[in-house]
Amino acid sequence: MITEEDVERISWLARIEIDSSKSKEYAEQLNSILDYFQQLEELDTSDIEPTYHVDDLVNVLRSDDIKPSFTQEEALENCENKKDGYFKVPGIM
Amino acid sequence: MSYSNTDGIMIGLEIHVQLNRLKTKMFCGCSTQYHSSPPNTHVCPVCLGLPGALPVINQKAVESAMKVGLALNCEIVEQTQFHRKNYYYPDLPKGYQVSQFDYPIVSNGKVAIEGEDGELVIRIRRAHMEEDPGKLIHMGSIDKSKGTLIDYNRSGMALLEIVTEPDIRSPKEARRFLDKLRNILEYLDVFDSDLEGAMRVDANISLQGGDRTEIKNISSHKGAERALLYEIMRQKNLLRRGEIVTMETRHFDEARGVTTSMRSKEEEHDYRYFPEPDLVPLRVKDRTEKLLQELPELPDAKKERLISQYSISDMHAKALVSNLKIANFYEEVASEVNPKVAATWIADVLKGELNYRDLTIDACKVEDIVQLVTMIMENKITDRSAVEVIRTLLDSGGNCMEIVEKKGLVKVEDNVVEQAVDDVLGENKNAINDYLNGKEQSLNFLVGQVMKKTRGRADPMIVRDIIANRIK
Ligand SMILES: [Zn+2]
Repeated sequence: MITEEDVERISWLARIEIDSSKSKEYAEQLNSILDYFQQLEELDTSDIEPTYHVDDLVNVLRSDDIKPSFTQEEALENCENKKDGYFKVPGIM
Repeated sequence: MSYSNTDGIMIGLEIHVQLNRLKTKMFCGCSTQYHSSPPNTHVCPVCLGLPGALPVINQKAVESAMKVGLALNCEIVEQTQFHRKNYYYPDLPKGYQVSQFDYPIVSNGKVAIEGEDGELVIRIRRAHMEEDPGKLIHMGSIDKSKGTLIDYNRSGMALLEIVTEPDIRSPKEARRFLDKLRNILEYLDVFDSDLEGAMRVDANISLQGGDRTEIKNISSHKGAERALLYEIMRQKNLLRRGEIVTMETRHFDEARGVTTSMRSKEEEHDYRYFPEPDLVPLRVKDRTEKLLQELPELPDAKKERLISQYSISDMHAKALVSNLKIANFYEEVASEVNPKVAATWIADVLKGELNYRDLTIDACKVEDIVQLVTMIMENKITDRSAVEVIRTLLDSGGNCMEIVEKKGLVKVEDNVVEQAVDDVLGENKNAINDYLNGKEQSLNFLVGQVMKKTRGRADPMIVRDIIANRIK
C-alpha cells in the first residue's frame, strides 16, 4: 500500500515537486498500478530461468585502448552555465 | 597478550579503490590520465551521460577486479551484471551510477592482518565494480555558496568497492587492514595510491548496546584511525550517560578531527536499483585459471621468501615488503652485497630517512647503497658517517663516494686514533681521576674529546674501549 507520505517521499527522492493537494490522488493511482502488477504474482515462475537481458549476449567487452575525448569546448558546447572550463550549477551542499 | 575488546567494538569497512592503472575508464575510451589536465578534457558522450551514448565494459577493468578478488581469497561469481543506482546529485551526469547489486563480481574472501593480539582474519563480504562520479568544486564559503562547478574528468573512472565483515575490533586494526589492502593492490599493479582520491573509505562502527553509525568518505588511513577513535569516544560517552546511539550517517571533519551528523536513517536514500539495460551480463569465471597464473608474488609470500632466501629477520622482511619498490630495491642491493647488512641499512635507516622526508625510494640509487654497504663492511666508514651519507644523498643528491670524500668521512687509521687518545689523556688528568673515582660520565667526556680531535671519523665504541683499557 502506497500512502500519501510515500508519494511525498518518492517525489523528494525523484526531485519532482508535486502539489500536496494531489498526493491522495497519486497514491490511489499508484496503488491501482501496483494492484495490476499483483496479478503477475499468481504465475508460478519457480522453474523459469530469470531473464537478465532481452538479448542472449554475454561478455560484450572492449580492450583497454584510449579513444579521443571531447575538447573542453565540445564538452561545454550545449551548456548554458559554465565558468573557467567547468559546468556551473546552483550551489549544492 | 590478549585483547578483550570490553566495549564490544565492531568495525566494518567499505573501501573505494580507483583502478587508476588502467589506460581508460570503465565504460568508455577516455584516458585516465586526467590528474594534471584542465577540467572537462577527458570526457565523451558516455561519461557525460549524453542521450544515446552506449557504454562498453573495459575488459581489463573486469580482469583487474577479478585479480583483486583472487588476491583477497574471494570466490568469482558465475554470472554477474550491472545495475543502475539512482540518485540525484550533479556529480552524476546521468542521474544514476552504474554499479553492481545482487551479484558482485567477487565475494566471500579473507585477509589476515596483525591484530591487537596476534593474527586476525578479516572476512571480505564482497567487492563490486562501479563508476566514479565527477568532481564538484564549491564556490565561496559553505553558507554563502555562489554556485558549484563540475569537472567530469573523473566521471566513469573504474572503481572497485571492497566491503569487509565487521571483524575489526579497534581503530589500529582498521588502519593495519587498510595498509595491508593498499600493499596488496600495489603489488597487483591495479592502483597507484599516490594519486588524489585513489582510495576512499567508509567505516561502519558499533559498540555493545548501541546502534551502528557510518562515517563517510575518509580520505586517508590515518584519517580512518582518527575518525574511528573519535567515534568510539562519542558513542561510549552516549552509552555511559544512558543515551541512545542512533543509526545515522556521519561525516569526518579531517581538520577538526571530529565526526558530525550528515543524515539519519529516515533520510536515507532509496537507490531504486534496477538492471542496466545498456550492458549485457558477464560470465567470466572461466578466466580464473589464466588470471591466477598472472598473479604476482604477494606481500606475505614475498616476506617468507626474503626470510628464507636472505636469512634476514622477520621484522626486516616485513618492513621491506610493506612497499613493493623498496622490496625490489633491496633485492637489487642484496644481489651485490651482504644481504643481512643491506637489510639493516635499508629497513632500519634508509626507509626511516625517506619517510621523514616524504620521499619514495626513487630518490635513491641502488649503486649508492651498494657502495655504502661495501664501505661499512670493509670498515672504511663508521655507522654514524654512513647515516650522514644517506642524509646527504637524500637532501643534496650527489653520489656516495663523492660525499664520503668531500666530507672527509673516511674512517681514520688506527694509529691516528691512538695518537688522539694519547693527546686527550695527557690533557685531561682531572677527568681521568673523576672516572677512576667512579664518575662514569667522565668516560663519555673523554670519548667526546677524541671524537672532536678526529672530527667524528673514529668509531666511538672502539674509542671507548681503548680509553677504558688504558686508564683502568
Ligand atoms: Zn568518456
